[in-house]
Amino acid sequence: MANTIQQKRIAVGNSVQQKRMAMSNLKQYGMMIALFLIYIIFAVLSDGKNIAPMNINNLVMQNSYVVILSLGMLLCCLTANVDLAVGSIVAFCGAAAAILIMDYHIAIPITVAIVLVMGVLVGMFQGFFIAALKVPPFIVTLANMLVFRGLTMVVLNGQTKGPLPQGFTQIGAGYMPQIFTQVGGTKIEILSLVAGILVSIVLILLEIHSRRNKIKHHFAVPPIWQPAIKLVVMIGVLNFITVKLAMYMGLPLVLLLMFVLIIVYSFITNNTVAGRQVYAVGGNVNAARLSGINTDKVMFWVYTNMGFLAGLAGVVLAARNASATPKAGDSFEMDAIAACYIGGAAVQGGIGTISGAVIGALIMGILNNGMSLIGWSIDIQRVVKGLVLLLAVTIDLYNKRKSS
Amino acid sequence: MVEYILEMKHITKEFSGVKALDDVNLTIKKGEIHALCGENGAGKSTLMNVLSGVYSYGTYTGEIVYYGEVCKFDNIRSSEKKGIVIIHQELALIPYLSIAENVFLGNEVTHMKGVIDWNETERRARDVLSKIGMGNEDLSQLVNTLGVGKQQLIEIAKALAKKVELLILDEPTAALNDEESNILLDLIRKLKEQGITCIMISHKLNEVSRVADSITVIRDGHTIETIEKADKEIEEDRIIKGMVGRELTNRYPERNSKIGDIIFEVKDWNVYNPLNPMRKVLKNISLNVRSGEVVGLAGLMGAGRTELAMSIFGKAYGTKISGRVIKNGKELHLKSIQDAINNKIAYVSEDRKKYGLVLINDLKWNMSLACLRSRFSRHGVIDENEEIHAVENYRKIINIKTNSIEQRVGSLSGGNQQKVVLAKWMLSEPDVLLLDEPTRGIDVGAKYEIYTVINSLADAGKAVIVISSEMPELLGICDRIYVINEGEIAGELQREEFSQERIMKKIMNHIGREKSNNG
Repeated sequence: MANTIQQKRIAVGNSVQQKRMAMSNLKQYGMMIALFLIYIIFAVLSDGKNIAPMNINNLVMQNSYVVILSLGMLLCCLTANVDLAVGSIVAFCGAAAAILIMDYHIAIPITVAIVLVMGVLVGMFQGFFIAALKVPPFIVTLANMLVFRGLTMVVLNGQTKGPLPQGFTQIGAGYMPQIFTQVGGTKIEILSLVAGILVSIVLILLEIHSRRNKIKHHFAVPPIWQPAIKLVVMIGVLNFITVKLAMYMGLPLVLLLMFVLIIVYSFITNNTVAGRQVYAVGGNVNAARLSGINTDKVMFWVYTNMGFLAGLAGVVLAARNASATPKAGDSFEMDAIAACYIGGAAVQGGIGTISGAVIGALIMGILNNGMSLIGWSIDIQRVVKGLVLLLAVTIDLYNKRKSS
Repeated sequence: MVEYILEMKHITKEFSGVKALDDVNLTIKKGEIHALCGENGAGKSTLMNVLSGVYSYGTYTGEIVYYGEVCKFDNIRSSEKKGIVIIHQELALIPYLSIAENVFLGNEVTHMKGVIDWNETERRARDVLSKIGMGNEDLSQLVNTLGVGKQQLIEIAKALAKKVELLILDEPTAALNDEESNILLDLIRKLKEQGITCIMISHKLNEVSRVADSITVIRDGHTIETIEKADKEIEEDRIIKGMVGRELTNRYPERNSKIGDIIFEVKDWNVYNPLNPMRKVLKNISLNVRSGEVVGLAGLMGAGRTELAMSIFGKAYGTKISGRVIKNGKELHLKSIQDAINNKIAYVSEDRKKYGLVLINDLKWNMSLACLRSRFSRHGVIDENEEIHAVENYRKIINIKTNSIEQRVGSLSGGNQQKVVLAKWMLSEPDVLLLDEPTRGIDVGAKYEIYTVINSLADAGKAVIVISSEMPELLGICDRIYVINEGEIAGELQREEFSQERIMKKIMNHIGREKSNNG
């Protein structure tokens, strides 16, 4: 008798749990749906210009820096802070790369390495003030925003430095190995199609593996249709992009770079002790400290990491523009911060995901690109982006309040 | 016929099902000093919050009759309008504003609605301050440059500026030294002569018996009795008897201690306040715990028990720490909290929401947090399967009522939250547990379950130190109790000698000794 009641209770518990899982998953996809809608709206408004192969290629290349920056910015947001200096650090590192290559004739790989180390050192400099001297990150990064913008102007003498050699510009504007063929009158790049199919297969295998693993450990799994829909959508989007890229010039190098970085940072935030510690520090710094987490160390590495990614974005930006300019990276920090918040990061810290930040960055990118295509001015673009940020965060907060 | 300024009738106040006040009655005569006494958590502050409108009308049941008129206060402002002013234990002064600005904070002297009239402000501030014997202070001085004693007086000046008729003081002398306390108590008596009625919450029974005209004792949310001063002073023992003395049947699980050798010792422990490194918080504390033993730390609020536990826990509190920590005969040098955890010491903090849990995260993340690196990861990568298994296991052992380990901790009840914190530290497999107020603010049933867990930890041969402000709890679950007062060990009681009166006596004797030392 007692046994059956117990079983019934477990059954009820399970169905409640499944419902809750479904709900939270749906919410997670809300932003993705918004992304699709925005894209479709602009496809209509621009008469399909934004789904043209060349435009897809441009979308990838134009948004790579903001995506790279938002990965690091998300970690800052998780600790309930932001880094205002990244735009300036991007410019400074780009300038350094240009100067090393053009004035000192240093080999490209060594230049890239030096610039990345420089980014790390700048990050450490910020981290030192934040973690060891306890200066609020807002102040430290605001100060460095001015400092590095100023330094960039100084080292460049206020002028654009370029053109940078082709070996360097490859990083930002180049492509992976290409094999072209003609299919019904269109030139098609085969390897990007292959890559799309391979990644699709890997995605399916990974999902099956993780589901089997969960069942083996008797953990609750969502109903089968959920991962199925998710996979279909993901594979659809992925292959849409690779087919379009195949119809243009193949896979941009920065796409590979973004892909690798997104995977690495997703892994860090989801599967490592370090990632968990960042969430804990942002969620409740006192509880984190009393659980043995060295909260100062966490803050130091979060900002060091941000410096590294800013350095990387600086290299990519200079490479794509084939030059370094004093104005480079202007307001990139704002785009990255907005991407994180649009992607569901909480201003109070402790909440946010890499995938959310990436989607946020893509929303910003598609808005920029779409509005340019239909000929809206930069001024109007800013107004729209601002309103989207306001709307996204308002809806997010409203949902959270309703659910709690 | 005595005139009552205030009658609180049948006040009942619940917090999510737990009755903090149950049918409480309180009557205050006009122009008297009325003390409220009771243990921590008895409901004194709650009662005063009901009176002053912190808990608005409708969130409690019962009636407040003030000057013969039934009052329904929505907030503090509406009670202040009637002349009821509460001064909380934590002072509500703005440190970087001047004395005059603070005196009229939220009550600014203005002309033309909103423009501050500085001349009038100064004149009235001078007026009010002279009533409390601070007429010669520089009004433009910033409040943070004053000592705590004077700050407390400024709070009273603030109340006077609001034309107070019924002044409520919550532990007014808790942070003051003897001299400052005397000044304050004299002032309260002077205010009485000016016709101001005063309700005073205090743990310091000697002060209470000195100044109070009548004393109401509250215990477990009930009014126990009101003692009138009549002719002679009220004896402290008489108050203590009212405050304690409750039946202890079946509120604590049976305990068959199997006590072994000493496994944890603290010797000559001295700690200074990190914000004020001149002030010694703990003085020469030595204590020991045997395996399988539950040792209680009793004392009044602010006695230094939490500071002791946290300073032992890898210097989580304090500065200039000296002394020795010995575990299993080996001296430990704990430089960080991580060191303490690695050496199998666990500290369950007193405020679970502030220091124990990441409320926005789920059970799983919270429970594994303290031993993520040592137990659930390889080369910094988390083994999530292992994590889920262990967390599920402890959820069952400790009986946390939840549908899933992926539920947000913030949505659990207080008792279940406390169990999550306990489970978190049990997962780190400690030998020594420091439990700080492990049952604060949770209901009786959950308390019983936590006591059972504490028992089973002791039975597993661990050394358990429990800090609690509820004396009956310590008497119910401990094998031995150290009484701590003002950062010193005031005495030690074996189980056979356990009684609340003895603990209180030890504290009072220690206070007395301190006083004669100082004097």
